[in-house]
Amino acid sequence: MEAVKLVYPVEGGDLIEAGEASSKMKLTLKKLGLPPDVIRRASICMYEGEINMVIHADGGQAEVDVGMDEIVIRMIDQGPGIPDIDRAMQEGYSTAGDMARDLGFGAGMGLPNMKRYSDEMDIETEVGKGTTVTIKIKI
Amino acid sequence: MKLSEVRDILDAEVLYGEDELDREVFSACGSDFMSDVLAYVKNQALLLTGLVNPQVIRTADMMDMKCVAFVRGKQPDENVLALARERDMVIMRAPIRMYDACGKLYAAGLRGDV
Ligand SMILES: Nc1ncnc2c1ncn2[C@@H]1O[C@H](COP(=O)(O)OP(=O)(O)OP(=O)(O)O)[C@@H](O)[C@H]1O
Ligand SMILES: [Mg+2]
Repeated sequence: MEAVKLVYPVEGGDLIEAGEASSKMKLTLKKLGLPPDVIRRASICMYEGEINMVIHADGGQAEVDVGMDEIVIRMIDQGPGIPDIDRAMQEGYSTAGDMARDLGFGAGMGLPNMKRYSDEMDIETEVGKGTTVTIKIKI
Repeated sequence: MKLSEVRDILDAEVLYGEDELDREVFSACGSDFMSDVLAYVKNQALLLTGLVNPQVIRTADMMDMKCVAFVRGKQPDENVLALARERDMVIMRAPIRMYDACGKLYAAGLRGDV
């Protein structure tokens, strides 16, 4: 299989459309014929990351590299950054507002889920500048 | 458990996928928190929820879930049903509350952790 690079802009603000990028990625991974378990784990990570960019950072961009033996997903935003990563990684910690909560988000489970479903996860963040979450999933 | 049985037990109305009620589900998950649902991975699962918005369908789709049952008689709008159609996901609406819906299905043998 050839290495494939996918790029998806993620609009901020609109929580109704949020998840489109993840849906598109999932379809593409299916077409590439990757194993169902790999597709599901990648899709969950991407979806959690996409929702986080919409809720917490007013959007951003997702870049997906599908290689021979791993999928690398980079979710890049220019949002407020995460002041305390250890705290953000704790299950149940959330700063989500009412709008997100009304739609079923804000359990404080997204980042812990991404950690669990990925083989590697890295967060680079700077307060006031933005956040990049990188996820690796072995094929 | 077949989806037709799920419908009968919940006394539910099928809003999409009337022809697909022969599909089987082997486990179920009930929650109003999407990340809670995303933490739950099982093959061929059913989602019970009291939320009706497009993110419910997207979440279920990421999990490869076969059916979403809305409890408390909540009616999804056309936007939500269109997303379900695109994904070929069966949609039901049950008049009862979450606690009773889960209890009835559990008693009939559909478990969360199988
Ligand atoms: N891209 C981001 N930019 C800024 N802050 C973020 C970002 N992603 C996460 N955070 C911070 O980390 C916290 C925890 O994120 P996490 O995804 O685990 O939970 P949540 O989004 O609040 O709720 P859930 O994911 O369960 O719906 C968030 O509440 C937010 O404060
Ligand atoms: Mg989140």
